[in-house]
Amino acid sequence: MSTTERAVAEPPNYLSADYGVKSWLLTTDHKRIAILYLVAVTVFFVIGGIFAVLIRLELLTPQGDLMQSDTYNRVFTMHGVAMIFFFLIPSIPAVLGNFMVPIMVGARDLAFPKVNLASWYVFVLGGAFTLYAMIAGGVDTGWTFYTPFSTTFSNTHVVATGLGVFIVGFASIMTGLNFIVTIHRMRAPGLTWFRLPLFLWAHYATSLVMILGTPVIAITTLLLAVERGFKIGIFDPALGGDPVLFQHLFWFYSHPAVYIMVLPAMGVISELVAAFSRKAIFGYKFVAGASVAIAILGFLVWGHHMFVSGQSVYAATIFSVLSMLVAVPSAVKIFNWAATLYKGSVSFDTPMLYALGFIGLFTIGGLTGVMLATLGLDVHVHDTYFVVAHFHYVMVGGTIMGYLGGLHYWWPKISGRMYPKFWSKLAALIIFVGFNLTFFPQFLLGYMGMPRRYHVYPEEWQVLHVLSSAGASILGVGYIIPVFYLIWSMRYGPRAGDNPWGAAGLEWQTSSPPPTHNFVTTPVVTTEPYEYKAEEVTVG
Amino acid sequence: MASPQPLLAHHFDTLDQQRESASLGMWVFLITEVMFFGGLFIAYIVYRTRSHAGFVAGSHELNVMLGAINTVVLICSSLTMAIAVRASQLGDRRTLVRFLVLTAILGLTFLGIKAVEYQEKFAHHLVPGPHFAWHGTTPGTVQLFFSLYFVMTGLHALHMIVGIGLIAWLLPRSMRGRYGPDYHHPIECFGLYWHFVDIVWIFLFPLLYLLGRSEHV
Amino acid sequence: MGNWLFLPPQGSTVAAEVDALYLALVAISAFFAVLIAVLVIFLGVRYRRQSDDQVGVHIHGSTPLEILWSAVPLAIMLASFVWGAMVFFKLSRPPAHAVEYFAVGKQWMWKFQHPDGTREINILHVPVGQAIKVTMTSEDVIHDLFVPGFRVKMDVLPGRYTTVWFEAKRAGKYHLFCAEYCGAEHSRMGGWIIVQEPHDYERWLAGERGTDNRLAGPEDLYKRYACESCHRFDSTARAPQLAGLFGREVRLKDGQTVTADENYILESILQPNEKVVSGYQPIMPTFQGQMSQEEAHSLVRYIRGLEAGK
Repeated sequence: MSTTERAVAEPPNYLSADYGVKSWLLTTDHKRIAILYLVAVTVFFVIGGIFAVLIRLELLTPQGDLMQSDTYNRVFTMHGVAMIFFFLIPSIPAVLGNFMVPIMVGARDLAFPKVNLASWYVFVLGGAFTLYAMIAGGVDTGWTFYTPFSTTFSNTHVVATGLGVFIVGFASIMTGLNFIVTIHRMRAPGLTWFRLPLFLWAHYATSLVMILGTPVIAITTLLLAVERGFKIGIFDPALGGDPVLFQHLFWFYSHPAVYIMVLPAMGVISELVAAFSRKAIFGYKFVAGASVAIAILGFLVWGHHMFVSGQSVYAATIFSVLSMLVAVPSAVKIFNWAATLYKGSVSFDTPMLYALGFIGLFTIGGLTGVMLATLGLDVHVHDTYFVVAHFHYVMVGGTIMGYLGGLHYWWPKISGRMYPKFWSKLAALIIFVGFNLTFFPQFLLGYMGMPRRYHVYPEEWQVLHVLSSAGASILGVGYIIPVFYLIWSMRYGPRAGDNPWGAAGLEWQTSSPPPTHNFVTTPVVTTEPYEYKAEEVTVG
Repeated sequence: MASPQPLLAHHFDTLDQQRESASLGMWVFLITEVMFFGGLFIAYIVYRTRSHAGFVAGSHELNVMLGAINTVVLICSSLTMAIAVRASQLGDRRTLVRFLVLTAILGLTFLGIKAVEYQEKFAHHLVPGPHFAWHGTTPGTVQLFFSLYFVMTGLHALHMIVGIGLIAWLLPRSMRGRYGPDYHHPIECFGLYWHFVDIVWIFLFPLLYLLGRSEHV
Repeated sequence: MGNWLFLPPQGSTVAAEVDALYLALVAISAFFAVLIAVLVIFLGVRYRRQSDDQVGVHIHGSTPLEILWSAVPLAIMLASFVWGAMVFFKLSRPPAHAVEYFAVGKQWMWKFQHPDGTREINILHVPVGQAIKVTMTSEDVIHDLFVPGFRVKMDVLPGRYTTVWFEAKRAGKYHLFCAEYCGAEHSRMGGWIIVQEPHDYERWLAGERGTDNRLAGPEDLYKRYACESCHRFDSTARAPQLAGLFGREVRLKDGQTVTADENYILESILQPNEKVVSGYQPIMPTFQGQMSQEEAHSLVRYIRGLEAGK
């Protein structure tokens, strides 16, 4: 069959079903909405990335010679706000989750497709407020907005940014609500809870956190905006307010938020390790349960961000021991993933490289988290670069690696094309090396006493900062490469078959890209997840 | 009277699945609302414990009579809403429309009384901000009380306005006979929302108006 | 840069303990990180795919293993918790004989006050071998006093007191940083703790006494702010008795009971009508904005020291 004949004979998929801007901006197809989110979060990743570049450039020298303190304070604040609220929190759920959750449950769409589209517009609206704040001069409170600096002393666009965060939180809530109802009510016949892929367990747990936690940051940012906008005292000590109450309210969400960021990535890793070992995840039920345990326990530990805030010693002790508890299910997952490799059929394709990278880097990040939860040690390293290194290990070495791994795994399904192997593996390696060089020295800087959010620093720490900035430049290159080959692949990459990896899972039983309604007929599930029988493996 | 038209969205397999999904969705949404107001309640309770005197003084300025009337108004509106839901389940179009309208009227009554209360506060310089004036002791914490009072009741009122707006959206469809035994979950789900907004007020009223009423300032 | 372990100098009596805890945790973490890395690489290579259609062996799991790798990490982390809590209690409890200093953080400087009233800005001289408790507050936003060489850190809050304590072990200069982001010059809000041998410290202090860089004595403040016009020691008609107040339970007008600690006394000066004592009217004027933090603290300490029956 000639190329033209084949193109004509192919049934329409969700990409070719309709053309034109309106068909995208008014779509209710979860797959198209996932692509809309892909574009939106990438824009914010680039913005956050530019701010990161500026930070690392400034920190090459101990003096503040690239920009003034005021500017630097805005730069690191906006780096944090952009990355956390507009990239890390939405990326995996709103891009990969939106695309895959309905397909993995065997449904035609999410439970509330219009709510899904609305969530994207809410995201864009929140992003617009925040972008406005950035362009109008930025905000300099740190992404944590501690009072009374943010309410009474800062001269920057706190209200606009606060409102941006407030608004975008609702996108998160809508996504979580959609996932919960979809997973509860729209599973295909035969798809019982313990036959769900671990990606779905992870997103279910994430959704629980999204719906329970996000409203609290909403009310917190609202109170912040009200206090500042109307000049009334809620957290202002001069009027009898309590600035530490702000910290409690803020961290009550923002700690669970880190599990919103990492649980979906863990879900991706489960899929990758299973697919690229061609066997079921070892201890499936324990991994599923661990996701839910992390979600629940994650709500009990917020005070570990406040050990030196002036709170009681006893409160600190309780939060410390609870924080130890929440680390256990994460450890369980790491061991189960490693055990999955035993007697597997392991392939080192690009997605697997990201998964293995995640396992190593998240282990380091998580262990340093245990160190931070240890009271006597935290007093010394709180608010130093040790903390900065820790959260970049889990957020970047963890979440972003999970995001990229999932993107590379499902790219053939999403786009119908394959990307070049060599460049994708090279990029993964460059990212791994660049990442470690950027952030490992920061552990050392932190223990030696380098505080966070510092524009200038003592000369004796310059060498470590130079290493870190060098690493950042390598990391940047590593991130740019996929942008090129992924876009290239959309036009010139070889067409992908239904199942290029020979993986198990409902998504691989439909075409690449899938048709608008995902399946020609509703699948009926009769097997456990990740069932691999030698004679049934078909690659292509 | 036309028979109600069942409307199955393309991504659902059965009307039952659609109804159950809508219902679960509304419950999950209400849970998020509980967390939303919950954060405010926590802030209020923490401050009240710390700054008892100022909060009692501020609370004494609130109009208990109007607050109590509003409570009765809202409870009645939940009754009318429940009747409306029942009517939609039975396909009783007239009753449904009547009681939706009654619910909206009661809601508007609530908002009207609230407006009167707000106006009173404004006249007595109790609105936090540059025009706040308190001639007793602990003006700082009294202002704090009123900040929380306005945010809490204001947010609640906003939810009521949204609710009344939704009634306006449901009314033409109800009048056209769209809801009946086969398809009435929009009314049911809205009923859940309305009852929730009522329950929030049931908490707000004692917390803001009643606690410490008998204490001497 | 110090030694190859990238540790700051061990300037206080507690520093070595904190470092020991840290290094132990680093060792355990390194062990597990290497274990996982080696395991994953080894297994990945050992079981690498031989042919395009090869699948893995279906292994469900192993409950004993799950218990093992839940219990062992939990045990290790609980041990870390216990050790960390012990060090933390030590860091949080100044010894009874600690000498009291006072510090005020404000954008963007630190103001220190020695027990005898001598004042310094951004630099604090202290003697070796003396337990020192620093009571601190902020004049504006939240700051944090951080001395890496001593391994101590504590937030500094407006309207409240927090404390930090240390005992310097070795003479020298130790970095002092603000460790809670506080605005434009946050990264320049630092200085030095200069630890001196006791006789050097005494000599330095004596030199400072000649200058008028000192706070008024508390009794002068008590008169200047007219405290004694109501808080008389011979009558409780107008205001509660301050002698013997510190540490007692106080019954308030609204029925609550509070303990008269330093924060209560400070609040009574700055926001007097928040907690009115039972049997009195809310008539005490506020001194917020009228007296400096140092003066307020001096009065608080003075009142603290007033014994019953004065």
